[in-house]
Amino acid sequence: MTPFLYEKVSERGDALSLGTHPGAAYLGGGTNLVDLMREAIARPTLLVDVTGLSCKIEEDEKGGLRIGAGVKNTAVATDRRVRARFPLLAQAILAGASAQIRNMATVGGNVLQRTRCAYFYDDEAHCNKRSPGSGCDAIGGFNRNHAILGASPACAATHPSDMCVALAALDATVSIDGPRGSRDLPLTDFHRLPGDAPEIDTELRSGELITSIVLPSNGFSKRSSYRKVRDRSSYAFALVSVAAALELDGGRIKNVRLALGGVAHKPWRAHVAEAALAGRPATEAFFAEAAEAELRDAKGLRDNTFKIKLAKRVIVDSLVKLSNAKDAPR
Amino acid sequence: MSIVQAALKKAIALAPDSWIPGGSPDPLIRERHGHVGQPVSRIDGPLKVAGKARFAAEFPIEGLTYAALHYSSVAKGRIVEIRTSEAEQAPGVVLVMTHRNAPSLAKAPAFGTNPKAAGGDDLAIMQDDRIHWNGQAVALVLAETQEQADHAQSLIRVDYEVDAASTSFEQAIADGTEPGQFMGEPLKLRIGDADALFATAPAKVDATYRTPGHNHNPIELHAATLAWSGDELRVHDASQAVTHAAWTLSQIFGIKEEQVHVTSPFVGGGFGSKTLWHHQILGAAAARLAKRPVRIVLSREGVFRTVGGRAPTEQRVALGARRDGTFDAIIHTGVTAMTPHNAMTEPFIIATRSLYAAKSFRLEVDTVKLNTVANTFMRAPGEAVGTFALESAIDELAAEIGMDPIELRIRNEPERDPTQGLPFSQRGIVAAWRAGAERFEWYKRQQRPRSVRDGDWLVGLGCATATYPYYRMPGGAARITVTRDGRAIVAVAAHEMGMGTATAQTQVIADRLGLSMDQVKFHYGDTSLPGIVLAGGSQQTASVGAGVVAAHRALVAEMLKLAGNDSPLAGLHPSEVGGFDGGLCALDDHDRRESYASILARAQRTEISVEAEASMPLEMQHWSMHSHAAMFCEARVNEVTGEVRISRFLGSFDCGRILNPKTAASQFRGGIIMGLGLALMEETQLDERTGRIMNPSLAEYHVPVHLDVPAIDVIWTDEADPRTPMGARGVGEIGITGVGAAVANAVFNATGKRVRDLPITLDKLL
Amino acid sequence: MQFVINGRSLDADVDLRTSLLDLLRDHFGLSGTKKGCNQGACGACTVLVDGNRINSCLALAVQYQGRKITTVEGLTSNGALHPLQEAFVAHDGFQCGYCTPGQICSAIGMANELRTGVPSYVTADVAAEAITVDFDEIRERMSGNICRCGAYNGIIEAISETLGTIPLPEAKDAP
Repeated sequence: MTPFLYEKVSERGDALSLGTHPGAAYLGGGTNLVDLMREAIARPTLLVDVTGLSCKIEEDEKGGLRIGAGVKNTAVATDRRVRARFPLLAQAILAGASAQIRNMATVGGNVLQRTRCAYFYDDEAHCNKRSPGSGCDAIGGFNRNHAILGASPACAATHPSDMCVALAALDATVSIDGPRGSRDLPLTDFHRLPGDAPEIDTELRSGELITSIVLPSNGFSKRSSYRKVRDRSSYAFALVSVAAALELDGGRIKNVRLALGGVAHKPWRAHVAEAALAGRPATEAFFAEAAEAELRDAKGLRDNTFKIKLAKRVIVDSLVKLSNAKDAPR
Repeated sequence: MSIVQAALKKAIALAPDSWIPGGSPDPLIRERHGHVGQPVSRIDGPLKVAGKARFAAEFPIEGLTYAALHYSSVAKGRIVEIRTSEAEQAPGVVLVMTHRNAPSLAKAPAFGTNPKAAGGDDLAIMQDDRIHWNGQAVALVLAETQEQADHAQSLIRVDYEVDAASTSFEQAIADGTEPGQFMGEPLKLRIGDADALFATAPAKVDATYRTPGHNHNPIELHAATLAWSGDELRVHDASQAVTHAAWTLSQIFGIKEEQVHVTSPFVGGGFGSKTLWHHQILGAAAARLAKRPVRIVLSREGVFRTVGGRAPTEQRVALGARRDGTFDAIIHTGVTAMTPHNAMTEPFIIATRSLYAAKSFRLEVDTVKLNTVANTFMRAPGEAVGTFALESAIDELAAEIGMDPIELRIRNEPERDPTQGLPFSQRGIVAAWRAGAERFEWYKRQQRPRSVRDGDWLVGLGCATATYPYYRMPGGAARITVTRDGRAIVAVAAHEMGMGTATAQTQVIADRLGLSMDQVKFHYGDTSLPGIVLAGGSQQTASVGAGVVAAHRALVAEMLKLAGNDSPLAGLHPSEVGGFDGGLCALDDHDRRESYASILARAQRTEISVEAEASMPLEMQHWSMHSHAAMFCEARVNEVTGEVRISRFLGSFDCGRILNPKTAASQFRGGIIMGLGLALMEETQLDERTGRIMNPSLAEYHVPVHLDVPAIDVIWTDEADPRTPMGARGVGEIGITGVGAAVANAVFNATGKRVRDLPITLDKLL
Repeated sequence: MQFVINGRSLDADVDLRTSLLDLLRDHFGLSGTKKGCNQGACGACTVLVDGNRINSCLALAVQYQGRKITTVEGLTSNGALHPLQEAFVAHDGFQCGYCTPGQICSAIGMANELRTGVPSYVTADVAAEAITVDFDEIRERMSGNICRCGAYNGIIEAISETLGTIPLPEAKDAP
């Protein structure tokens, strides 16, 4: 680990002014950043500890929730309002990592976690994300955990967060503050596809700080599910995960949300499938057609082609189960 | 084998039983009311649960420095330039050691080249610019703190001249194989004309099975704390071979064996990996160069880079049978990988040599050489992966001829060892099958796959035979000291990696000496103690047991001398005397006895101490000695996702007498759980382009977690093996064997899909 | 820097890079907390901070000044083992003993989470008021602690037997 200075701040203004220093990085729970520093992938020279900021979950004026970026993952999943009104988010958070890590990790840090691609982690490998222009060893190597959607010849890494998949489905917004003022971005626009600049994970600009995540009021609490498929039954990153939410009007789909994890450089909101389903009857045939449409452009690599089939199956199965839920929970 | 060796082997096989160790059964076998067989809680348990058991990296030493390693990034070639100046100037750095300044070291004697050799490979370590694998340590940094050492290590830059390397198992097979050897014997066996009989057999199975590389991954990282005092080297190691490690280090550093003192009171798991690798040697070299004590703790990545694991295999099993299931031909052949710098062949045919009767056999292991870290012993080397292939094939044959797979196995139960012709010392596999089948309710299994469904889950049952040989290596020895207060200290250079050695041996010794457990202290894990005892091959219990038997005989003889003519024991021959109730007694008359305290007091001695060496382990060449188990698995396969969950598991064991049901059950379960990992998720991913392991972490090399593991049922026959010390056979490795096949067979029964490539990941079932 | 460990206030002058784990092991000689991966992938380093379990290997020590840290050494009182430690011995919830302190601290943290209503991924209804503690719940919640010896059955038995009676550390910033 490269030596660094450390400042714990209690005012956002202090954080933002320290955050403009060259080499500065904001530090949350450290569950990802400390690991990346130890691997010499991240080499900040100043850590600005923001765990004391934005630690509340508040009602939004429009009936949604504003979750402070400093709130611990466990605290979000335990919050009664989240559990009752946004169970999808609670489930997704609980699917991630281990209890110990969820107790440490903050919401802001979770959003900003970096890929778990083995070639990104190995400083002897070629990786455009770690070392722009050096090439991508993953595309011709081990890529079981890699992207089938939105990848580029430069990078096929996936975003490892479970929480963000639920946030994408729930139309969450990321509130950002920075040296040039505050702004909001839809979570689905916050993370980037790799294109030819995979070193840039998100739209966050230098010195900017995530202050909160805002959930709009509709939490799809009656019919929603987070299904994570992985290589062991717990404590593993997703091969494919599906956040699904449904509102039915009789037998028809009034509203549907679908987002996929483990398949792309960002949490993948399934806009194509959603559009295909809007207003349609809630039947397995339509679900299958929509899944097919969403995955039409999916491309497999050596080890991950199975994810295309798997993603389709889990989408269909999730929607079938949600539509069949007679007396859906809550 | 030389002619002399062959003649000797034959002579031992034909010798009268009474000439062979185990010829007259250990009297302890008859003892049914002592500590042996009791479910005693671990005597080191309170220390371990309190965090007070001290492991290798936890010994404080004044003036300690911390080491970090820099690993090569190419598989073969030479170092052209190694730039260390930035690292040398980093804060806190004490030393940067490379091949340019490392002390002169002799080549490490590799395991198997000498009875005490422990080297994972036979390379000269950091003596030249040659690179032998991707991940080899090329520099070691010593600093005042671990943080400083780790950072300085990251500042080292190396330029390599790269040579073409062999890093693809598949390509290497295509390029040609060589015959394999194990423990100096060729892995090749032919009886009859198996190919001809297979060709004409009315029922047959012929399939290829593949298993990937595996890593042991004990949770304790490999570590050592080392210090020199003149030419004396002190090593606090995490070791399952202290005596071997000390001898090997002495050879490398050109000092006497007695000048190396290795201790290892607790080992945080080993499974075959905690022997002598480069880190201890480099740590000792750096300590010598810096004239400071060194602590070296490998990172998890470092363990993957520098400590070998189980080699990959590609196995063909061809079974030819008659319609009634009787085997005409068993062909089990294939290839495994090793390296140019070691001699360890993964011997996957061993189980096949003794499991089933057949008219003919052709068993062969061929090898290819890869430029990787040297592969090594990992829990049940050979059997763990060999039984996956064989026992899957038997399941396939059972399906082919429409026979119950248990009945098929029992149909082919041999009367004598099917390939060596030796009588079995004890063999209770049929009883284990029957007991297990009843308890698991095997009769409920539907023979037709895809017959049972529970919601999204297809449910299947599978079974397989597990087996592991009884081993006892030469070199066992023990020292017994009995003090005037009637206590005993038994010292053996043995190891406690969690097998329960200290507890089970204390039980055994208490019974043998006629003492209570709290009157017995078992000292181990220290090269100053007697014996060359490897905690490997599931042989430590037998090795220690045989050493204690020998020392006990000497003790009784000495005691009788001391007791003299005034004792009730006067006139008895040592063979007529045993330990009883705090002293000695005549075996056939418990009233003729005298306490140890009384004998020592009369002789005006404060204590008596004897040391003896175990008999040569000739019993293994006189009888065919094997443990077995019947493994039963219930697997659930998700029809949507292909995910596999194990919902029930039973192991029904026949491993001789069980010394401690509590710790033995844990060994069985632990083996089975590692077997579930082998079946479902474990795979060391070697990038063929670079020879680099790409999942060197516990996040990416998956091992089973709590939620993967159901309640595992274990039962056993508890039938003593009359030819082994205490009637026991090892329990450490058998648990992992057979599990891969039991799972694969259950998955087949659930889904109708036969997966022949491990691990059985969900993509193979979609 | 000042730390409160097992009820004692301790000072250390350490490198900012030092993890809480290395602080405990290398600076305070509290080697009961174990290092198994140093990257949050095994749970051997689990300690309690204000009653909540965390991986001390991923924690920079500097972030934990003044917090109430409990390690395995802090579970015994006057040399007497904690009931959960006793149960681990009785049920053979370990073999080599290396992951054991982490398992025990984790289980105590888990009990605290159950008391404060933290759901898990296998909780059928995350909105429900009460969580039914069963085999799956405990296994899922303990899955952050790997035991390579495979003592999982004994661990779960020990926890199940003790769960109702685990004296819980005071939860200061319970979620």
